[in-house]
Amino acid sequence: MPKIIIDGKEIEFQHGQTIIQAAKDNGIDIPHFCWHPSLSVSGNCRVCLVEVEKMPKLVIACATIAADGMVVHTQSEKTLSARNAVMEFILINHPLDCPICDEAGECKLQDYTYQHSVGESRFTETKQQKDKRVELGPHVMFDGDRCISCSRCIRFCDEIAGENQLTFIKRGDRVTIVTFPGKQLDNPYSLNVTDICPVGALTNRDFRFKSRVWEMSSTKTICPGCARGCNIEMWVRSNEILRLTPRQNDNVNSYWMCDTGRLETFKFVNDESRVNGSHIRREGKLTKVGWDEVFAASVSELKSFNKDEVAFIGSAYSTVEDNFLLTKFAKSVFGSKHLDFPRQIISGSGDDILIREDKRPNSLGSELVGVKPSSNGLDFDQIMEAIDEGKIKALYVVEEDLIKLNPELENIIAKLDLLIVHASNFNNMTKFANIVFPASTYAEKNGTWVNFEGRVQRIRPAVSTFDIDRSLDGMSMSRLDKFGTEYDRWGKVKKTEARSTWRILSGLANAFGTKYKYSMAEDVFTDLAKSIDSFKDLDYDVIGELGAQLKIKTHTAKV
Amino acid sequence: MIQKKRLKDLTLLEKLYIPEIVKGMSLTFQNMFRPAFTMEYPEVKFVPPASYRGRPVLALEENGEERCVACGLCARICPALAIEVQAAETDREKERYPEKFEINMLRCIFCGFCEDVCPEEAILMSKDYELAFSNREDAIFGKDKLLTPVSKLKDRIEFLRLYK
Ligand code: SF4
Ligand code: SF4
Ligand code: SF4
Ligand code: SF4
Repeated sequence: MPKIIIDGKEIEFQHGQTIIQAAKDNGIDIPHFCWHPSLSVSGNCRVCLVEVEKMPKLVIACATIAADGMVVHTQSEKTLSARNAVMEFILINHPLDCPICDEAGECKLQDYTYQHSVGESRFTETKQQKDKRVELGPHVMFDGDRCISCSRCIRFCDEIAGENQLTFIKRGDRVTIVTFPGKQLDNPYSLNVTDICPVGALTNRDFRFKSRVWEMSSTKTICPGCARGCNIEMWVRSNEILRLTPRQNDNVNSYWMCDTGRLETFKFVNDESRVNGSHIRREGKLTKVGWDEVFAASVSELKSFNKDEVAFIGSAYSTVEDNFLLTKFAKSVFGSKHLDFPRQIISGSGDDILIREDKRPNSLGSELVGVKPSSNGLDFDQIMEAIDEGKIKALYVVEEDLIKLNPELENIIAKLDLLIVHASNFNNMTKFANIVFPASTYAEKNGTWVNFEGRVQRIRPAVSTFDIDRSLDGMSMSRLDKFGTEYDRWGKVKKTEARSTWRILSGLANAFGTKYKYSMAEDVFTDLAKSIDSFKDLDYDVIGELGAQLKIKTHTAKV
Repeated sequence: MIQKKRLKDLTLLEKLYIPEIVKGMSLTFQNMFRPAFTMEYPEVKFVPPASYRGRPVLALEENGEERCVACGLCARICPALAIEVQAAETDREKERYPEKFEINMLRCIFCGFCEDVCPEEAILMSKDYELAFSNREDAIFGKDKLLTPVSKLKDRIEFLRLYK
């Protein structure tokens, strides 16, 4: 392999790599604004200037192909003074309005100013003023003053989202970003530009002014929006989710996520409609009851039916662990053959970038742990038919709103003698339910999902409930979480009385007389890794932050 | 029991006490005719100098707008976590304002860091030191109690411009 020397350190690189790439692969960070590892090279910010021996002038590290034997200095006097000069230039027209800018705290320009600039300006003239608060599209706001013309946003739209929507107009210090005439920045991935914009020129309209970045905790988890399972960070303040951002995983989503995933997948967690505590229907009304009572009631209700009259519906929103226990409970503890889970496949909604037609994060995982009918048991459609015909009288539904999926099912659900549901929010199903278990959402539990390619990935709790504690259960904590007390207004956070589906099911199994010795989701996973071949040799540590590929042929996945 | 030895034994004169009492009384009488330093608070109020750090307040401009832009730096620097700021958008040129600004006076230690870090000269240490509460909720001051016209904060602002 060819070698290059950067700051006295000899490193190997691959042919065709630029200096900045070779450096990055070896943990050397060369400052850059316009360069992005997955966008084309534009080379306009000039902050990556480095000194290369035997070259007459400084070169930009992002566009200079590394050559064998090259000697590069990123910290030499010449480099540092050039870098400082570039920073001074970039800051000439920058408004320095960090106090009112949402990017403050995660701003590349702010960081580099501290790291690579002497922080003094010789510019006494009037700064160029440009348009502020420009709605580039439904989700993105643009502030012209802050833009440093790096063109990352333009290149993202052209190269990743595949839609030419943004461009530069004007020249010199008047250059600014606009959408093409008659166009909007409305591609399904538009919000990624707010992540890659190195300054606060592009902001997320949904999150604007909601919180300072340093006030939130962030948790590495997975988007539940579709079968892709994009890796994300979940940002929480005072136990409330405020935003989601993509997290790099080259095997799944690269640096990106879609706007639907980013905006539509977390608001229900903080919603007023959350089911808080178990409920039993008495005299037509759902009444809150304690856990022992609801388990006892469920057992006696379920036992009043023939085993063949009861069907179980799992969910591909639930984790692998949840579905594993549902299968065990339905088939071994209760002894029903009728078990399946509904699919939500919206044809035509997918694309070649990230979005999948299967709108569930764990369809493959649910299949793998056995959420399917036993031989001569009924599948989902057959169960619905059987309810209609009066053959199935009781239904146990986990975390799915079947009526929302298919409004025609309302008449069928209404025919049931007994409906037990696990629900995170009151919904169409809870209207008919006799017993409602409060289910933790994906933001409140540990577990795993398997994406359409057979990659098992971990979700982690970011919001605490009465069942999972921020400090005791090792969830990520902001400074406010660490030092708040119940006497602080911000310390009095809203918590829901809810449990993960596997916990509810193991409580119920207990009430049926079958003891499971699981105390956390990881125990369930360890157990299923022993009994299910596809998960062999896996544990939470192996899965880690970036997931692990299951040894299966992925064509078993339907979409 | 071990009797401790005195460092110095009293002399005969001291043992007599009377000369010592006379000495003490003369000091007392001398002081009666010196100018008094104490103040008959609360009948007479103490007006602190500009350098005094009383409870932090928010500056309200003459046109009725608050200076604070809800940047949250004061909340971040506050070692006692006394400040809570919630930003929101406004139509004004500085597009951000505090929808909620609360200082928990039971937490505040009057360090003045918030004033020091504020980029807008919006939070200032006032001369108000009269803080007594009968319950915890009353000790949380919202914008209603914090906003103070700049005219009342003039000498603190001048002091800061001179010495900060
Ligand atoms: S808006 Fe942001 S990403 Fe786009 S050119 Fe300006 S600074 Fe770069
Ligand atoms: S592509 Fe799918 S998994 Fe990725 S962010 Fe969008 S909805 Fe979520
Ligand atoms: S530092 Fe000043 S401007 Fe910022 S939030 Fe505090 S008072 Fe407002
Ligand atoms: S004076 Fe100190 S303790 Fe009090 S609010 Fe300001 S920073 Fe916090």
